[in-house]
Amino acid sequence: MSVSLPAQPMRGTTRRRLAINQFREQEHRDEAAVDAFLRGRQVPIIEGAKCTFLFRGHADEVHLLHRIVNQPQRVPLRRVEGTSLWYVIIELPFGSRVEYQLELTRDGHTVQGNDPLNPLVAHSPVGSSSVCQAVGYQTPEWTQHDPEARPGELHDLHLPSKALRRETTHRLYLPARFRRSSTYPLLVVHDGDDYLNYASMKTVLDNLIHHLDMAETIVVFANPGDRTREYANYAPHARHLVAELVPHLEEHYPVMRRPDGRALMGASFGAVASMSVAFRNPELFGSLLLQSGSFVFTDIGNDHGGGPAFDPVVKFMNRYRARPRKIADRLFVSCGVYEPLIVPNRSMVPVWESTGSTVRYVEARDGHSWENWRDRLRDGLSWIYPGPQKFVYE
Amino acid sequence: MRAEDRPGTPHASITLLGPQRTPRVDAVLRSLRLHGARTAIINAGWQEREPEDELLVSLTGGNALNLRLWHRMQEVWDADPEFDAADRQRRMVLEEMQDLYVIALDHVISALRTMRDRVPRSPEVQQLALADAEQIMRQIDQRHLERVNEVHADFWGRWPPHERRPVEVLRQQISSELADVEVVLVPGGHVGVLVGALHLFNIAPQLRVPIVAWGAGAMALTDRVVLFHDRAAHGPSVSEVFTSGLGLVRDTVALPAARERLEVSNLFRMGVLARRFSPARCLLLDERARVDIPPGSGLPDDAPVLADDGTPTLLERVR
Repeated sequence: MSVSLPAQPMRGTTRRRLAINQFREQEHRDEAAVDAFLRGRQVPIIEGAKCTFLFRGHADEVHLLHRIVNQPQRVPLRRVEGTSLWYVIIELPFGSRVEYQLELTRDGHTVQGNDPLNPLVAHSPVGSSSVCQAVGYQTPEWTQHDPEARPGELHDLHLPSKALRRETTHRLYLPARFRRSSTYPLLVVHDGDDYLNYASMKTVLDNLIHHLDMAETIVVFANPGDRTREYANYAPHARHLVAELVPHLEEHYPVMRRPDGRALMGASFGAVASMSVAFRNPELFGSLLLQSGSFVFTDIGNDHGGGPAFDPVVKFMNRYRARPRKIADRLFVSCGVYEPLIVPNRSMVPVWESTGSTVRYVEARDGHSWENWRDRLRDGLSWIYPGPQKFVYE
Repeated sequence: MRAEDRPGTPHASITLLGPQRTPRVDAVLRSLRLHGARTAIINAGWQEREPEDELLVSLTGGNALNLRLWHRMQEVWDADPEFDAADRQRRMVLEEMQDLYVIALDHVISALRTMRDRVPRSPEVQQLALADAEQIMRQIDQRHLERVNEVHADFWGRWPPHERRPVEVLRQQISSELADVEVVLVPGGHVGVLVGALHLFNIAPQLRVPIVAWGAGAMALTDRVVLFHDRAAHGPSVSEVFTSGLGLVRDTVALPAARERLEVSNLFRMGVLARRFSPARCLLLDERARVDIPPGSGLPDDAPVLADDGTPTLLERVR
């Protein structure tokens, strides 16, 4: 087991008075002063570990909404007297990345939305959120387009599925310099389009392969139909991958036909789906890459608090925990320390290890979000399919 | 085995260099009075980029010939599918052996760390236990290299290259091309591919002229190729014996771009690395490094090496 916590926790706080406190202590505070205060500032204001969230406008109440586990998740902002400026100061450890929104109440009406003073926004299938990047957080450069990196190709892959009784639509990634005479490891990614759209995964693949961090790999970005049903330990989903998708790929593409050349990956319910498919097909997949898995279980009874969607997941996880068995040789597992799923993910590591799997476990000061999953891709992909870097010497 | 009893070919002078991002090859060739001399280039480690040698050719003074070993190797595979399939099978076996060997090494390294970090009741006892674990590591390394060599020997025994027509034809062509060269350049790249090509075309016995090599090229000339990368994306990895090189530079583990790729300031790691391959010396080939090995000799006194405690030093200080 290897827990990699974010580097270098913040020590102490800034010695200077916080900008907002200096502003509050000004003698003359009016809207012109607010204009001057906000001019050129990045919001939230990051001063050491202190993050000052701001709102400017007329409201009866303003709240900051975030999803950091074990913290008050609806935090009131205070108005700076005599102005339309609202603020709250929150302490965030080094390297944190937090998604949030603001909730405004005015004349009895409440609305929720992104922070109008903060241009930094993260997107997901359920909408967008504002992003606070605490001190020490940097968007990894390998998640950004690199003109030097030769791009791989994405192709639509339509495959009728008897198992799922529907037409499936996946995307197929072929690495740059793809040659039919070579053989490539295969990676099947759950929630494929979301990984492409919200975690920049094609860019990440292009960059990691270009920098020799990751082996040239054929990647299938698989998409669900009814996600909640198909990804919650659903036999037809496993049949589709194992009896339809993988054979199709082996017939038409030069993929390795051995366990250490096959991997499954997913986030949240997609991680459950990856684990479930591997559990149902032991020794077929050599590696799993599981991000913020919804591995909810109960130690006593069945009251898990996750709602009906989690019922089959909890049943599966409880059964697995009662009689664990090896699902893959190598598991890369990551989770954000700010998400409620940190507890089940931490709890599962020794269980998987007890079956003889090699588990690499990584935590981040982040939440249940696509950018968290994006930021962990290099750790995970370069570990499950290492590139030829160790062979290349300038 | 005494050095003089070991297999290998007596060589002309060999010059090993650090990475050539700012190329110094032209200056090195001038200092050897070989600039403009007939030069053979072996850049098979560049793989499909092998033909992109314009800069290198210009640095030699223009009178250079690329032996195109990588492309010639592809020609062999294309022309002889049976041989190709056997070679793929060999590589698959070697890959699995390498994976399992690294798993074993990881556990020994982990044990070394645990023993080192334990508060000792007796430091002497702790040192003995650490030395024993390092000895186990040396045995694993040695056994692995023997097994790798056995796989290669078995392959060449079952598939004698001189009986494969495409190999034979290309070997003859390469021999005639090498006949009039005055210096050979072996740049970096993929060390596995480079060593494979050098062995396939039996290049070592034909290298009777001065050689200038760097990166993977320097590694390929030694007797033992060790892979290392402390700054891999997923964290430091254990250094691993990969295969035998050509054995022209003996008792040497070449470490190109050592300060970039290794945690040189981590004396524990460096010390284990140095002692693991002792009496061979870990040679640090950093930017601007130049190590001139006279004909038939070993490393010179001013060669930058790791001392047994992991400190970078010069060979004369640790002889």
